[in-house]
Amino acid sequence: MIETSTIQKTFDVDTIRRQFPIMSREVKGRPLVYFDNAATSQKPQAVIDALVNYYSSYNANIHRGIHTLAEEATLAFEETRDAVQKFINADSREEIIFTRGTTEGINLVAYTWGRQNIQAGDEVIISSLEHHSNIVPWQIICEEKGAVVKIIPINELGELVFDEYKKLLNAKTRLVAIAHVSNALGTVNPVKKVIDAAHKAGAVVLIDGAQSAVHLDIDVQEMDCDFFAFSAHKLYGPTGVGILYGKKHLLEAMPVFLGGGEMIKEVTFEKTIYNDLPYKYEGGTPNIADVIAFKAALDFVNQTGKDKIRKHEEDLLQYATKQLAKLPGLKFIGEAKEKVSVVSFVIENFHPQDIGILLDNRGIAVRTGHHCAQPLMNCFGITGTVRASFAMYNTKEEIDQLVAGLQKAIKMLS
Amino acid sequence: MKEKRNIEETEKEIAEEFALFDSWDDKYEYIIDLGKKLAPLENQYKIDENRVRGCQSTVWLVADYKDGKVYYKAESDAVIVKGLISMLIRVLSGQEPDKIIQAKLNFIEQIGMTTHLAQTRSNGLLAMVKQMKNYALAYKVKAASSGKNVATA
Repeated sequence: MIETSTIQKTFDVDTIRRQFPIMSREVKGRPLVYFDNAATSQKPQAVIDALVNYYSSYNANIHRGIHTLAEEATLAFEETRDAVQKFINADSREEIIFTRGTTEGINLVAYTWGRQNIQAGDEVIISSLEHHSNIVPWQIICEEKGAVVKIIPINELGELVFDEYKKLLNAKTRLVAIAHVSNALGTVNPVKKVIDAAHKAGAVVLIDGAQSAVHLDIDVQEMDCDFFAFSAHKLYGPTGVGILYGKKHLLEAMPVFLGGGEMIKEVTFEKTIYNDLPYKYEGGTPNIADVIAFKAALDFVNQTGKDKIRKHEEDLLQYATKQLAKLPGLKFIGEAKEKVSVVSFVIENFHPQDIGILLDNRGIAVRTGHHCAQPLMNCFGITGTVRASFAMYNTKEEIDQLVAGLQKAIKMLS
Repeated sequence: MKEKRNIEETEKEIAEEFALFDSWDDKYEYIIDLGKKLAPLENQYKIDENRVRGCQSTVWLVADYKDGKVYYKAESDAVIVKGLISMLIRVLSGQEPDKIIQAKLNFIEQIGMTTHLAQTRSNGLLAMVKQMKNYALAYKVKAASSGKNVATA
């Protein structure tokens, strides 16, 4: 439980930074500037402690053991489920399925709900902004079933063209699968509008929340999405943990995903009776340690205050956009009105990879390349960008260092 | 005819050149300079067939076999990779297939550029080294099967 009294009164970035041990490391003889947060965020000490504590004091397999360690581990594991339920305001804890990550969550829906509900001639709508993880599973299922993937186009700012989306919706549309936030550009999609329109057409909606859960308030009931998938590691939590939210009636009707232990009620060689939600989809021993430690990340975010974090990130985004715009030849890729703290750009005549290498040489970590969104890069006629993405522990001084690093890189490459 | 330096000698030469630099900036400035000076590959060779796939930058590589030796030409769309290519060509081009296949290319580590060979999908350099060795192997096999003697070391 998060008591309001434990929520930090003011947002102090120095206090925040001190809780992330990696922030004190040096790279190439300089203090690390970590701007690759959209790929994965760094972890606060509380998360690291939770992992160590689990392995040091109550490591056990969960749900089955009757001994004390198993009980403690099960309790902690299930507490994370409750914390996630609150974090995204799901109606019930049974709607929270632990996966390995967003990719697995989307694949789970594709291989269970998709295989059951998508038929020949049906249509699945995705957008030009999608990460490969929200493209490939649908291509696989649609190919298998003889269904068609339709693409919502984007405008030059990197925003979905809503009128074109509405034109794609029809009686054949089974599913709309779109990113809440674009990983490559930071565009925030109007998911509520997208979902309402899809539901009117009788389609089910999956939201890829990999990039949104860390920045935006997530209320799956208000959003009314049918599925919502995200990853712990982009939310200050450990790697190897993802969450798939699904509406109960859909999860109950879907076939199972991985057969094995955990997910059964009773097995004979003639017939297996599957377990209830959410365990039905959690075959095999789950990633116990990392799931448990994820709660520490959620607590950390809640205690810091998501609104305060967002305000800080918005300040960083504005500042970075203003400062970067001064660089000669720099062109932003993705200038949506609604954005999270991601800046993606190219610099005329220079390859993003060269810029990335030279920034790394100054201890600055950015992402360069196509960001696993090749179709999106094709839309802009480029092969890749430089992407800097900001998190709660980043500072304006670090953005100044990025700008200085870019100036130096331009000089060296010219 | 002047004897071409062997692989180890060229590697040593490059390592010595890099030992003169005090800073990483100087090293990169030198590599960028090498990249800019690398002779461009004729457009006719810049085709998919010659593409060495990396995640971020593209490398085109072609090889030729003359008098028992393999000759390489290559280019990339990223200048630092081009500089690294330039060094690989300097070390491996004009050598016998067996020598190329066996080359350990320790100079890359000695000059502190192993990060570019890491399995990060970040560029095509690792794939490029592999492809250069594949060419050497292919020419070796081809020469052996056509009865010519390769690598008489």
